[in-house]
Amino acid sequence: MTEEKWEPKVVAFVCNWCTYTGADLAGTSRLKYPANMKMIRVMCSGGIDPVFIIKAFERGADGVLISGCHPGDCHYNAGNFHARRRWTMFHQLLEYLGIDKNRLQFSWVSASEGKKFVDVVSKVVNDVRELGPFKGYKELNSEFTAVVNGLKQEVNKAEAVNG
Amino acid sequence: MKIGVFICHCGENIGRTVDCPRVSKAAEWFPGVVHSVDYKYMCSDPGQNMIKDAIREKGLDAIVVGSCSPHMHEKTFRKAALDAGINPFLCEMANLREHVSWVHDDIEEATQKAIDLTRMAVEKVKRNQPLATIKVPVTKRTLVIGGGIAGIQAALDVANAGYEVVLVEKEPSIGGHMSQLSETFPTLDCSQCILTPRMVEVYQHPKIKLMTYSEVEKVEGFIGNFHVTIRQKARHIDASKCTGCGLCITKCPIRKKAFNSFEEGMAYRPAVYVPFPQAVPNIPVIDETVCTYYKNGKCGVCVKVCGREAIMFDQQDKLVTEEIGAIIMATGYKLYDISKKPDDSFIKGYGEYGYGKYKDVIDGLQFERIASASGPTSGEFKRPSDGKEPKKVVFIQCVGSRDDSKGFSYCSKICCMYTAKHAMLYKHKVHDGEAYVFYMDIRSGGKMYEEFVRRAIEEDGVKYVRGRVSKVYEQNGKYIVKGEDTIAGMPVEIEADMVVLATAMIAQENASTLAQTVGIPYDKYGFFNEAHPKLRPIESTTGGIFLAGACQSPKDIPESVAMASAAAAKTMVLFGSDMLEREPVVARVNELLCGGCFYCRKVCPYSAIEVREIKDRNGVVIKEVAYVNDGLCQGCGTCTATCPSKSVELMGFTNEQIFAQIAAL
Amino acid sequence: MENNLKAGYFPGCSQTGTAREYDLSLRSVAEKLGTELTDVDDWNCCGATSAHVTNHTLANALAMRNIVQAEKQGLTEMVAPCAACYNRLIVSQHETQIHPELKKEIEAILDSKIENPVQVMNIVELFTKIGADKVKQAVVKDLKELNAACYYGCLLLRPSDITHFDDAEQPTSMEELIKLTGAKPVEWNFKVECCGAAHSIARKDIVVDLSKKILDDAVAHGANVMVVACPMCHTNLDMRQKAIKKEYPEHKEIPVLYLTELIGLALGMDEKELGINLHTVKFELKKETA
Repeated sequence: MTEEKWEPKVVAFVCNWCTYTGADLAGTSRLKYPANMKMIRVMCSGGIDPVFIIKAFERGADGVLISGCHPGDCHYNAGNFHARRRWTMFHQLLEYLGIDKNRLQFSWVSASEGKKFVDVVSKVVNDVRELGPFKGYKELNSEFTAVVNGLKQEVNKAEAVNG
Repeated sequence: MKIGVFICHCGENIGRTVDCPRVSKAAEWFPGVVHSVDYKYMCSDPGQNMIKDAIREKGLDAIVVGSCSPHMHEKTFRKAALDAGINPFLCEMANLREHVSWVHDDIEEATQKAIDLTRMAVEKVKRNQPLATIKVPVTKRTLVIGGGIAGIQAALDVANAGYEVVLVEKEPSIGGHMSQLSETFPTLDCSQCILTPRMVEVYQHPKIKLMTYSEVEKVEGFIGNFHVTIRQKARHIDASKCTGCGLCITKCPIRKKAFNSFEEGMAYRPAVYVPFPQAVPNIPVIDETVCTYYKNGKCGVCVKVCGREAIMFDQQDKLVTEEIGAIIMATGYKLYDISKKPDDSFIKGYGEYGYGKYKDVIDGLQFERIASASGPTSGEFKRPSDGKEPKKVVFIQCVGSRDDSKGFSYCSKICCMYTAKHAMLYKHKVHDGEAYVFYMDIRSGGKMYEEFVRRAIEEDGVKYVRGRVSKVYEQNGKYIVKGEDTIAGMPVEIEADMVVLATAMIAQENASTLAQTVGIPYDKYGFFNEAHPKLRPIESTTGGIFLAGACQSPKDIPESVAMASAAAAKTMVLFGSDMLEREPVVARVNELLCGGCFYCRKVCPYSAIEVREIKDRNGVVIKEVAYVNDGLCQGCGTCTATCPSKSVELMGFTNEQIFAQIAAL
Repeated sequence: MENNLKAGYFPGCSQTGTAREYDLSLRSVAEKLGTELTDVDDWNCCGATSAHVTNHTLANALAMRNIVQAEKQGLTEMVAPCAACYNRLIVSQHETQIHPELKKEIEAILDSKIENPVQVMNIVELFTKIGADKVKQAVVKDLKELNAACYYGCLLLRPSDITHFDDAEQPTSMEELIKLTGAKPVEWNFKVECCGAAHSIARKDIVVDLSKKILDDAVAHGANVMVVACPMCHTNLDMRQKAIKKEYPEHKEIPVLYLTELIGLALGMDEKELGINLHTVKFELKKETA
């Protein structure tokens, strides 16, 4: 990891039907947002396990975004209601885990809200940038980081050779 | 595992901001990747052939395509994988267009993100399992619930396509509300004249099993395979013997004990009755609650007059089960009875309009019966209280509709039109009469609809007053309608002889109970929910259950009929193949891990989780575990996040796959 | 008597002025029914004056001060016989409950926390609380000679989302109460119509017409007495009849009683005890013949 110039790393868990499609719309509308965020698609926000989030922080994320369909519009009728309840609970536990509450954000972005998606991503990235790098797990995790770094170096080397 | 990576330039779309050759070069170094290329158009024929050839030549086990959104071309590339002989679910996509090239400007940043996304997809695909499309057999029979115009149309369409239909109607006759109407807008043709032939057609159709005076009691199973239990209420008449001569009806001595609901309570009916003369089937029903025989065992006049010995006082309700592949809900609507204050706390009633207190304050359906040639006044305009011809009639629109504070927020949609029709019908018969309409807005969208309203105003001289009515009260034999003319900005008072309220169309009695029985969602008003408000308005969110007519939201006749035909077409789509295929994105339970807490059952929106008993070799139950019914599961994965032992997984999105993606960040 | 009700009493300005007889009759009736009324200490204006249209904070602060006073006395229930007081108190309670900012502001003004435990009752609710059985048992005189038109006016019922009291368009609770005395409630049209009290000073002409309409309809439906539960209603319907008579000489007078007065009569008290002699339109029960 190149620590000289730190860039926030944000992971988004998004549902297939609303937010993923909303992000597609942001693309087809050629809207711009920071490249710091990478998305992991699940079928429904109701299927996002809190463990995923902790795992993401553990694996070097500085912030996490959860986004699904608006309450009442869930493709699966009620999945996002379960999600909402789960996140209300989980959010309270974050500080206990030593994670700033602002590093985990929730939003509802429908398939027609490309602009909102851009706003949400920009906000999360900005917030996380202000909070600075998340170090909590990194120190515990040096072994894993070493592996990833090794891997990256290999890739870079390969690029240098081939490029 | 040998993985192939295919990076698409999408012409210039991806290539402009993502250095595609660099991405494909980088991917070569990902563990497991044995082949990595980039190409101008991966989705084109040559592009797809490139993928197929690589799979065959290099013996690839799985592929990753870095191109557009999976919503765009996932099917295309999965098909290509299948053609080349690998399981289509071993194909993953990295979204390099919508999520990278189109949203980022910086080539370095975009390329780096593209590499990351590709790596995530590679890590995921390594853990993908070959999945088989789920196949379930289809019973090619349709159940239509509700015998109004929507149900009739749907049943006829499906039956005419050659499939069997079971049509269930809770009343003794089919026909629904349409059979009560006098004339229909915007053509003013007689409702009965166009409806009755359809009713007879249903009755005579060899493919339609008509079950009137019956209600659906239980629905089990899933798309293509429903087991439905129907309660046939006891008519106390042997339908196989009855010829419909009607002698029992004319001779029944109980004449004034029960209100005639077909006439909206404005007439009486005997204890043995058919709802209306054109009823289909023309077989009477004995009303136990008023019949003397059920009170004291005496009378029995009907038994004496019936030449066919068809009266069966001791007949019992019968439960019938039917095997069904598709269900069409066509349960219709009812009118909001504003005289009563319903239990629902958000509806508060309209006591101030005096409905239920003054006989001459009536609702739209009562007006239809007064206007109908077959109605209690034989189509002459006579008001219910004293039978006099009303010389001034006030129509009030939006009673209970579009009223957040006392009624329902929604627009009942048909009232603007039928009120114009009512006023017109009245003016056509009572030339010196005056008709006033209080309205909020006139909503007359529809072919020839606006013209129709203009005709009422311009040709028939109906007076439209924009404003709400605050109160209707009786004074010196007149009904004083106090309201506001918001255009003139003045309060108005009209002394009317009769007041007609366009009350809100609301969900049918017990609609929510039926929805729960059948297993479909409904909104807060009790109207059934469609799967998608725009693109799937006919389907419910439950597979194999379709919606027709006003059970979904207020609708007029042409809309209901169109929806019914659409629902019929949807069932035929379902019946087009013998086996149903569906994506294998369903949840699976690891029975070894499952502790049987059944939290998953509580959160499953589709009731797809069942209990399975695990037995030892002696047949003794060791434990109960969750079991996912493939036919019902829609693959949301809510159960997976809820499961405390992580024993349930969503195929294609397993925890392992997602953790791999996270790890590859 | 066991289970006697104890409740706070917020008299408000009318009870000490134009509606003295309302105060008098309420206190006598309550005593007779074994209900202990405790006056709110150092009560002040409820805010129904110009305050509620000119200064929102002031109006709510005035009302809430009374609630807080009652709270300090340990009262959990409080009757506000004047419909306007009732309305102001209950609306202010509602406002402070739904607007935390306003609550804070008022708490600062009052220098006291608002816990809002006091349940404010109108006069009809007080009798419901006392209990129909208890009232019925205490009735010693059958008022069958009275055909009463119950008039609710505007403030007792509205806004219905806040008052949660009876049907705002077709109320029946007062009718149910007076039936206990043997009096016959008449069905009539203008139970909740506006009497014009808001205009009683500036536009007497409007009030005369509105009040006349109400009185006429009651008479037309066979009423020989009107029953009200609000000092403003009483002022407009009783005191105004002279002005109505001036404008419309054919006007037929009809006596207007407070609900407490009517119940008082049934409990055996005489007109003077209840202050009925103070009314503009005179009223007396028929003298017993037997």
